[in-house]
Amino acid sequence: MPFIAEILAASLLIVGGVFALIGSIGLLRLPDFFMRLHGPTKATTLGLGGILAASTIVFSVQDPGLSLHEVLITLFLFITAPASAHILAKSAMHDRVPFQGGQEDPLLHPANLVPESAGEYHAAGLDLPPPGEPLPGEES
Amino acid sequence: MILSTALSITTTLILVAVLLNLARLVIGPRTIDRVVALDTMYINTIGLIVLLGIQQRNQIAFEAALLIAMMGFVGTVALGKFYLRGDIIE
Repeated sequence: MPFIAEILAASLLIVGGVFALIGSIGLLRLPDFFMRLHGPTKATTLGLGGILAASTIVFSVQDPGLSLHEVLITLFLFITAPASAHILAKSAMHDRVPFQGGQEDPLLHPANLVPESAGEYHAAGLDLPPPGEPLPGEES
Repeated sequence: MILSTALSITTTLILVAVLLNLARLVIGPRTIDRVVALDTMYINTIGLIVLLGIQQRNQIAFEAALLIAMMGFVGTVALGKFYLRGDIIE
């Protein structure tokens, strides 16, 4: 195998493995469900894309002709990963899984409130902290 | 030489990732957290099978990886639909 192809495949493999690990760390460490959904769906498709690209290089150099099995898997994953993430997020929203501050409605998140509508936040039974203070439940 | 070292490092990274997914699968407070952990585990397992295929220079592994990708997608969609509606096919 040529040296350049080997270097390229090895670096793609390492990048893919690091991205897959980062996605799983995000799945374990992020505070609420919707953030945890964000980590793996981005990072593991990119990580697996790197590994499959490395595999394409290795088999294209080794065998005569271009190896396109891996492109099939990459294409399938890139189509299905957003679809399954959408279904999971929709299930969680219909089940009213709480966001980070403990509120169930994304429109009631303090980041979405302009000062005039802060009354809605109080009407929902939630206490808006004074400016500078962390949001309720943010420490956990 | 370089490629085999990179294969070993990447296999280790993905194994650690699978262990982290397993931790989320065990501690996940809701069912839907466990579904996400299982989906991520499927994707990481595809990576492990592809790495095995590169190491053994064996093209058959890709058929298995493609099958697992399809089964993982169908399983995730079925679990999400069941969590959403209490039924899969209405």
